[in-house]
Amino acid sequence: MTDMPDTTLTSHPSIDVPLEVDTDDAVDYYTPGAPISDTKAPDGPIDQRWSTRKFEARLVNPANRRKLSVIIVGTGLAGASAAATLGEAGYVVKSFCYQDSPRRAHSIAAQGGINAAKNYKEDGDSVHRLFYDTVKGGDYRSRESNVYRLAEVSTNIIDQCVAQGVPFAREYGGLLDNRSFGGVQVSRTFYARGQTGQQLLIGAYQALERQVHAGTVETFTRHEMLEVIVVDDGAGQSRARGIIARDMVTGEIQTHLADVVVLASGGYGNVFYLSTNAMGCNVTAAWRAHRKGAYMANPCYTQIHPTCIPVSGAHQSKLTLMSESLRNDGRIWVPKNKADCAKDPREIPEADRDYYLERIYPSFGNLVPRDIASRAAKYQCDDGRGVGPEVDGVRRGVYLDFADAIGRLGQEAVEEKYGNLFDMYARITGENPYEVPMRIYPAVHYVMGGLWVDYDLQSSIPGLFVTGEANFSDHGANRLGASALMQGLADGYFVLPHTIRDYLADGPFEKVEETHPAVVAARESVEKRIEHFLTVGGTRSVDSYHRELGHIMWEYCGMERTEDGLKKAIEEIRSLKDEFNRNLKVLGSADSLNQSLEKAGRVADFFELGELMCIDALNRRESCGGHFRAESQTDDGEALRHDDQYAYAAAWEFGGEGEKPILHKEDLVYTAIEMKQRSYK
Amino acid sequence: MKLTLKIWRQPDAATAGSMHTYDVDDVSGDMSFLEMLDVLNEQLNAKGEEPIAFDSDCREGICGMCGLMINGEAHGPVTTTTCQLHMRSFSDGDTITIEPWRSTAFPVVKDLVVDRGAFDRIIQQGGYISVNTGSAPEAHSVQVPKEAADRAFDVATCIGCGACVAACPNGSASLFMGAKITHLGELPQGQAERDSRVVNMVAQHDHEGFGGCTNIGECTAACPKEIPLDVISQLNRDLRTAIKHGH
Repeated sequence: MTDMPDTTLTSHPSIDVPLEVDTDDAVDYYTPGAPISDTKAPDGPIDQRWSTRKFEARLVNPANRRKLSVIIVGTGLAGASAAATLGEAGYVVKSFCYQDSPRRAHSIAAQGGINAAKNYKEDGDSVHRLFYDTVKGGDYRSRESNVYRLAEVSTNIIDQCVAQGVPFAREYGGLLDNRSFGGVQVSRTFYARGQTGQQLLIGAYQALERQVHAGTVETFTRHEMLEVIVVDDGAGQSRARGIIARDMVTGEIQTHLADVVVLASGGYGNVFYLSTNAMGCNVTAAWRAHRKGAYMANPCYTQIHPTCIPVSGAHQSKLTLMSESLRNDGRIWVPKNKADCAKDPREIPEADRDYYLERIYPSFGNLVPRDIASRAAKYQCDDGRGVGPEVDGVRRGVYLDFADAIGRLGQEAVEEKYGNLFDMYARITGENPYEVPMRIYPAVHYVMGGLWVDYDLQSSIPGLFVTGEANFSDHGANRLGASALMQGLADGYFVLPHTIRDYLADGPFEKVEETHPAVVAARESVEKRIEHFLTVGGTRSVDSYHRELGHIMWEYCGMERTEDGLKKAIEEIRSLKDEFNRNLKVLGSADSLNQSLEKAGRVADFFELGELMCIDALNRRESCGGHFRAESQTDDGEALRHDDQYAYAAAWEFGGEGEKPILHKEDLVYTAIEMKQRSYK
Repeated sequence: MKLTLKIWRQPDAATAGSMHTYDVDDVSGDMSFLEMLDVLNEQLNAKGEEPIAFDSDCREGICGMCGLMINGEAHGPVTTTTCQLHMRSFSDGDTITIEPWRSTAFPVVKDLVVDRGAFDRIIQQGGYISVNTGSAPEAHSVQVPKEAADRAFDVATCIGCGACVAACPNGSASLFMGAKITHLGELPQGQAERDSRVVNMVAQHDHEGFGGCTNIGECTAACPKEIPLDVISQLNRDLRTAIKHGH
């Protein structure tokens, strides 16, 4: 299929311009490794690849499925949907989550919606266009086969969820309603008021609990995975065969063995301390797997969400996102004059307002992709035109104004669309957004990076599969709005259940005993680590270290990154980590609920991840999607990719304790789409 | 502002608990209730006292993980979750009493943390529509009147926090159950299992040790998502119908 005409894109000549300075900024920080590639995606026309793979993936006889066991870590959209589906198929499934119920996983907080190429609006949408928009939105840093498949199965997701009883918004005729979402020009987003993630997750959770009732799935709530068990199968093949988990209530360290392990453990945005992630979101499951041989890909690709409620003070424990669907009707502005910044916004006349997104990007206006909107807000505030309270001497906020929309549609219509978001804003800030413009500022929201997987969603450890935000595969350097829910459910309902059977067709694998040296070693390392945290006997709390780490990451590895800043960050992280190991104070015991102890393990892993994120960002001396290197921009300050040098996924291998990570490059090859420099002007 | 906190501390399910008094300074009105407890925990940690265990996760009012009895009210004085309650609702010098959810069916795990596994077990008994992955018909093959879809959505917003149970003098989970019965019962997709769903969920509810509903209405008053009381009427109606149908 040839590329589709799109008047919004222009080929940008500068992408072929070689770098001015031909150096590798990260050369002292890593060891080059052999290139890698995805060997699972079939060749051939892109719209045939998934059908081919599904056909070629071997089947498992229903009678054999009862003999095959699957461990799934995480019960968000990607985990709960996979657990339910594999349970329905008849496998023996164990499902783990750190929350007290699978229904609480952080997918629940997604507000805006879920994309699907249904083309119910007959506005020119198609599987190919969703594919195209997603690749383009990801700034040509995703793997095209994966993205095409995502678009392809998107329509099945809506069918499945409707059948489960997910109460999507409907029109008066009783059919499903759609809205348009940031970065695209068609209405393909299905939604349930501002609580789409909640409704989809409850659908998946109910499907999961149905399987618990059916006896195919066993749930382990308040359990945290602390290690993956990798065993040599005797034929020279290492395979993931289980996990070590801690029962967070009793402190018991448990060994769970299975034929295959799936990580659906979410993203690592909490490395920034302040993010829109839930308090418990962490990288531990993924990082432990990384240390056992799973490559971590593109860790520096972080999405900063433009529409969050600004920080109000030093006590802040998390940031709250407001769905970017708000940008459909709200207009973003700052005062033209710095002197107006402290004024009541309603008193600033129209002529003195700068609707900067509409001014700079006339064709997309307030709907430009998230990274562009975020950076633009930062620049206004850095320029001294931010609004809201001063925190550390700077006003970090811009207005998101609904006065026009309320005038045009009426307050009732605005309330119908965004009521719960407005209520949430009012509750947190104490201000009424129907009367006073909202204030927003960017916050870390999602990570596109994650464990490297092939087309089958299998990591570089055989038998370890990774789904949802925890993997790296579909969003490239930036994720489009309403695509996270789509990917989580695509992976769990429609992709993994097909690909995992090809792996399981070789099973059941030889039984592993709890006395196997690899199992014993995994268990002992977990116990040793816990003992370490409890016996450091220092003076500082886990939270104080986490906050400081987050500050370093936000400052140097946030919206804008530079060579100097990243090198500084690496030094600071190393020295803080060293202090953490010597001066941490964790009270309480290992054999009961101990929330400080839980956090200590997570923060320890965040230190190591944070360093790798900086190294990855340092290596990638180009700007793409959510990764902006100040050294790589156009004359007018736009992100500048360098396809000649960086059209690869950076897959990092753990190099050993205290050793440099090893970089494997996977070249990104586009056959169904032409790489273009993004332009939203 | 300065506050005095009286907080329930209990080492584990098997050991008796008691109230403890703490002072906390430098509380700002912009802090959420849980951020105020974070500040207290930092102080305790610095003094060598074990921090107070309490549940929270999303801290934006949607996951349902948090939940405290604050001055005897589930989630405190404002109709919202504990994480979305802000300290501007309190005044300098206040004494605040903080307890875990109180219900036989929600045993205390530690301090302010309780076990709400009973809710999951109720859902396991039928709080779903049985449709295997891949077997769904095209989404537009069924039209759902907007009113029904909206009503289903309104009650589907239940976050399973357990405030209804904590607030109920009988410790009933009827509002929680009624919300699920109504959500699925409003939709054409939910009709096939409507009878068995209500019968099995109610049986599990009673088995877990939740009390019966006597129409007091404390549940809906405490509900952060404002699930209306009439979902319990729906629950009772569906139960009667199911029994009439021979279940």
